[in-house]
Amino acid sequence: MDTNYIRRRYLIAWISDAIKPRRDIVMFWQLFTSGMALGCVYALIALGFVLIYKATEVINFAQGEFMMVGAFVAFSLIHFAHVPFWITVVLTLLIMAAFGVLLDRLVMRFLVGEPAFSLVMFTIGLALFLRSVAGMIWSTDTFAFPSPVSGEAIQLGSVAIAPGDMLVVGATALLVLLLYLFFRFTNLGIALQATSQNQFAAYLMGINVEGMFSVVWALSAMVAAVAGILLAPTLFLHKDMGFIGLKAFPAAVLGGFGSIPGAIVGGLIIGISENLAGGFLLPWVKDIFAYLVLIAVLIVRPEGLFGIHEKKKV
Amino acid sequence: MKFKLKKSYMEDLKLFEYKSDMVGYGVLLVFLFIFPSWAGNYWTYNLTLAGIYCIAALGLNILTGYTGMISLGHAAFFAIGAYTVGYMTTILGHSFWIALPLAGFAAAFVGLSLVLPALRLSGIYLAIVTMGFGFIIDQVILEWPEVTGGANGLLINRPTLGPLSLNSDASYYYVVLVMVILFVLLTKNIVRTSMGRAFVAVRDSEVAAQSMGIPLAKVKTQAFTISGFYAGIAGGLFAPLINFIGPDNFTIIESINLIVMIIVGGLASIHGSIFGAIFITLLSEFIRVGKDALPAFLSQQVGFQGAVYGLIIMLFILFEPMGIYGRYLKIKYLFQVFPLYRKDTFRRERKFQKAQRTR
Repeated sequence: MDTNYIRRRYLIAWISDAIKPRRDIVMFWQLFTSGMALGCVYALIALGFVLIYKATEVINFAQGEFMMVGAFVAFSLIHFAHVPFWITVVLTLLIMAAFGVLLDRLVMRFLVGEPAFSLVMFTIGLALFLRSVAGMIWSTDTFAFPSPVSGEAIQLGSVAIAPGDMLVVGATALLVLLLYLFFRFTNLGIALQATSQNQFAAYLMGINVEGMFSVVWALSAMVAAVAGILLAPTLFLHKDMGFIGLKAFPAAVLGGFGSIPGAIVGGLIIGISENLAGGFLLPWVKDIFAYLVLIAVLIVRPEGLFGIHEKKKV
Repeated sequence: MKFKLKKSYMEDLKLFEYKSDMVGYGVLLVFLFIFPSWAGNYWTYNLTLAGIYCIAALGLNILTGYTGMISLGHAAFFAIGAYTVGYMTTILGHSFWIALPLAGFAAAFVGLSLVLPALRLSGIYLAIVTMGFGFIIDQVILEWPEVTGGANGLLINRPTLGPLSLNSDASYYYVVLVMVILFVLLTKNIVRTSMGRAFVAVRDSEVAAQSMGIPLAKVKTQAFTISGFYAGIAGGLFAPLINFIGPDNFTIIESINLIVMIIVGGLASIHGSIFGAIFITLLSEFIRVGKDALPAFLSQQVGFQGAVYGLIIMLFILFEPMGIYGRYLKIKYLFQVFPLYRKDTFRRERKFQKAQRTR
């Protein structure tokens, strides 16, 4: 199957200029900063997993495909409708929010309470379906996504930072801050928190729990769209780019599935460590380093770094 | 509905619940043995492939269906089996008949190494770790060309049995058929005896199983090793069938394929594994036949097969989570109790939220 080949080509493209095993400090920081940008994208995708998981207990394997759909929607708006970039971002977020709500109302609502295994398989099926349909709509070609920022790399000491990387890190930080404020200070955010903690109690408090499910699907689709718009200029735009979602899973699990700060820290750890491993160890270790880190951490701490160990009471 | 009066515990362990079942299985066996003589090479080849997947699906069902441990990296065991046979026969020049059992044991041994994380994890954590294991093996295959041929893959010839050459599709079909029968019997023996009951007990409640004296660690290790062995043997049979193996045969898509087989067929059932393996393997044939009935703008699309595949998974989970075998049981029950069937007999039980986060 050629999907695997394409996946590898992407990963090789990622490390494009950085791989020359020179063991020096400049290279360390170089890899560190580009790893941070990569880690931010992982963190955003992982955030999408965690949001949905906490509220609805669904493990969404299609999160990477959400990202792909978001990126393609933005691309279509820019390329075919010639909408300016920043308006495109807003429109894409709205379209993806509608997509999330529709998905929840039409399909996911009927699956509430099914065993976790069925839900996992359902979202895998959804991922395959979305990928194929995206291939039908946007063809299987690779597109170049226009970058919103351009210009020279910024020199910080001897380390050069690409403006694209700066944008990714900055946008992620902003998004995380906005999400924090949303969850902390708005009524809707607090209602969402209550739903994730205890659906039954939230229901008794007069919270529209089912409505919250729709909100959380919309929110997660929007976060995915942001990830897609940030990732597409540095990577390619292709129907198979959702495979990166599978690399964000270790990030979410590493932080402890169900912890928002955990997802962000996990994403950064995975992004930075795999970039460093690719530079200082063997280049091909980069592709699988996330999983090696994950297995090592889970052997020591089975609930992840920030996870809460929930025990069944007999 | 027939209720059988069981007079001793041993009756629970019988191979066939009713003697009359033997007639049906006998007819099926005869049909399978004469199949290549009238079906032609093409369908014989496809059924051979389905048979190989039956073995892998049986193994995965022991792990996932019976013991409740999700593996999203089963293609890795399959790959280890296939490459063991490839390395032993093509590069070292040993006989296939020595390589095949070794393929099973190699996969089982690697399965043992996964036990260390697997014992402490459950649910999604285990699924992600096994998925990562699949990626790791995938990468190792690519980066170890001395053994695996790397990206170029390996060429593997069909084996010979004494003076007999098994080059034709029909002769290899019989090898696989015999193996499938052996493995179905083995699975049946595992699940109807104490080992299989321990698996089911661990799946349903670890705490309860432990308090009944079931050693959790041992049972989980057994499940992983046995499941790896099945997948290894299946991989070992797979390599000579398709003659060429490369890293692209064993991606995450293949792992998902295996899981879809047991879901579509039916979890925790031997019939289900077999139905699922046959259905999914022949699905591309069905799609090809069905394509002609659809308008061209839809059926000529590149991703048509993937879309149908994804749709089938989703529809099965939405409407028939018990799989093909579950549907068969329901239809059978409908006729057995004919005028008295009630709609809610098989109503799905929904678990309380949060119940699955803990174990």
